[in-house]
Amino acid sequence: MGDKNELSLIRAQPRILRRLGREANPGDLVFRALATLFAATVIGVVLLMVAEMSRASVASIKAFGLGFIVSQEWDPVREVFGALPFIYGTVVSSLLAVAIAVPVSLGVALFLTELAPKWLRSPLASMVELLAAVPSVVYGLWGIFGLAPFLREHVEPVLASTLGFLPLFQGPHQGYGMLTGGVILAIMILPTIASVSREVLLAVPNFFREGALALGATQWEALRDVILPYARSGLIGAVILGLGRALGETMAVTMVIGNSPEIKASLFAPSYTMASVIANEFAEATGDLHLASLAEVGLLLFVVTLLLNVVARLLVWRVAGPTGNTR
Amino acid sequence: MIEARGYGYRKALNAGFRVASAFAVLLALLPLVSVIYFTAARGLGGVNLAFFTELPKPVGEPGGGMANALSGTGKLVGMACAIGMPIGVMAGVFLSEFRASSFATAVRFSADVMSGIPSITIGMVVYTVLVRPMGHFSAFAGSIALAIIMLPTVTRTTEELLRLVPATLREAGLGLGMPKWRATLLIVLRTAAPGIVTGAMLAVARIGGETAPLLFTAFNNRFWGQGIDEPVASLPVQIYTYAVSPYEDWHRQAWAAAFVLVMITLLLNVTAKFLVRNRLDAR
Repeated sequence: MGDKNELSLIRAQPRILRRLGREANPGDLVFRALATLFAATVIGVVLLMVAEMSRASVASIKAFGLGFIVSQEWDPVREVFGALPFIYGTVVSSLLAVAIAVPVSLGVALFLTELAPKWLRSPLASMVELLAAVPSVVYGLWGIFGLAPFLREHVEPVLASTLGFLPLFQGPHQGYGMLTGGVILAIMILPTIASVSREVLLAVPNFFREGALALGATQWEALRDVILPYARSGLIGAVILGLGRALGETMAVTMVIGNSPEIKASLFAPSYTMASVIANEFAEATGDLHLASLAEVGLLLFVVTLLLNVVARLLVWRVAGPTGNTR
Repeated sequence: MIEARGYGYRKALNAGFRVASAFAVLLALLPLVSVIYFTAARGLGGVNLAFFTELPKPVGEPGGGMANALSGTGKLVGMACAIGMPIGVMAGVFLSEFRASSFATAVRFSADVMSGIPSITIGMVVYTVLVRPMGHFSAFAGSIALAIIMLPTVTRTTEELLRLVPATLREAGLGLGMPKWRATLLIVLRTAAPGIVTGAMLAVARIGGETAPLLFTAFNNRFWGQGIDEPVASLPVQIYTYAVSPYEDWHRQAWAAAFVLVMITLLLNVTAKFLVRNRLDAR
């Protein structure tokens, strides 16, 4: 019975203190509450963004329904909006970027984890990461005055004369268009794919490498048959992260892709992306429907990148674990 | 596993792989070198005293500078840090010190996912939540957008750094009778402080170059832009405006601004890397 009395004394503490057990110090309670609140802010911001983007695009969803993503007409004057040219431009330029960036960045990641001498690894990795540090608008400026003229004078003519039988490489060489947009995106997502891939490859246990090499495999064979299969899901995650970044990248693409809402087969032709149309029109949109339509373009972009990121994170976490540096 | 091919073939294949891989590194670094070369070659000439002290001149009048954009970027980044750093650091503390819950996993996941959200959509949301109701663009809205962009990076960096603090330090504090909050603030956070500062430098470098979210929030301003309630110029937005304009003189200014911006961001990044390496070497 005496025990029970003691217990009831303890119970006399306010319930909240008892539930938190050892953290009965009032300072700790405040501290924990603050930390929890600020952590919840992170989730809150994501939820707020989803809610706000959906709310802002209701008018456009109501007016155009599914037709919004299949219609090619974008006319602010008549208030008719269809986003297909922008979706097309975003998807094609991003896929082009991934196609260019993946082989290069995998090569970089492999060189940095498997081949380079130890003293060279960290400086080289830092230099590749510096590519991500250059602001988007500077890439855009460089794209306008450096990359676009270079592609127009030297790359597009070569592509046209060798692969010109494909509709992809026909038409006038303008420099501003899908190809330049894709190349500049490739440069910008390369450090993302390379550094996440590097993280994933570093997480492959060393005894896999040692085992394969001890069995007489060459480095290439160890890589192809042992390391890459083990790291596969993480590497796919890295590529998807890069794709997500390419889809949402705005300034540099806006400055070089030509901003013309047409769907052309040729990669030399100007195009327009979802992020670009938002950047160009959102601040000046006066009509409510125009604003809502731009918001819907943003919502589509947001939802797609969100889903890609969820998938990519899960894949990367599978190999490198949730605490790894997966920026 | 090992193919029934000649040793020579296998060796050649391996050599080919090594060469291709090294070539990829060179190819990847080419744009970096080219960007630095271009900005230096075309921008260096435009960097003079007027650039740092004068307001932009109207089209046609030569000269003028970007003092308003420089101070605007400083203001935006400073306010963004004042908002984003405490929230991010505390969220990181939560993840590292109260980690064992599904809520913590959700926060971690949200932060990782958030870092992949296009920055332009963050600008849109700040526009619909703040700018529209207030009726005008403002430095405040711009800094909120930038704070949201830096939040996930700061959170995850802080978490990672706090995890590196040995548990024995925490235990020593608690053993001396410190409540957890004092042990966390005075011992754990303080031990990790240099790293967090490094993380903050990287975050500043990132948001200092952001353009897209500022287009609908801080907008632009040809003048100084007093207070936080007015639109304000920033270096990246100014570069964009000048770059897409048809005027020679503005292009030159854009290059000068790009040179300054690139130097600042690269310097911040290199310093941060250097600090991290030194700290790792010291251990």
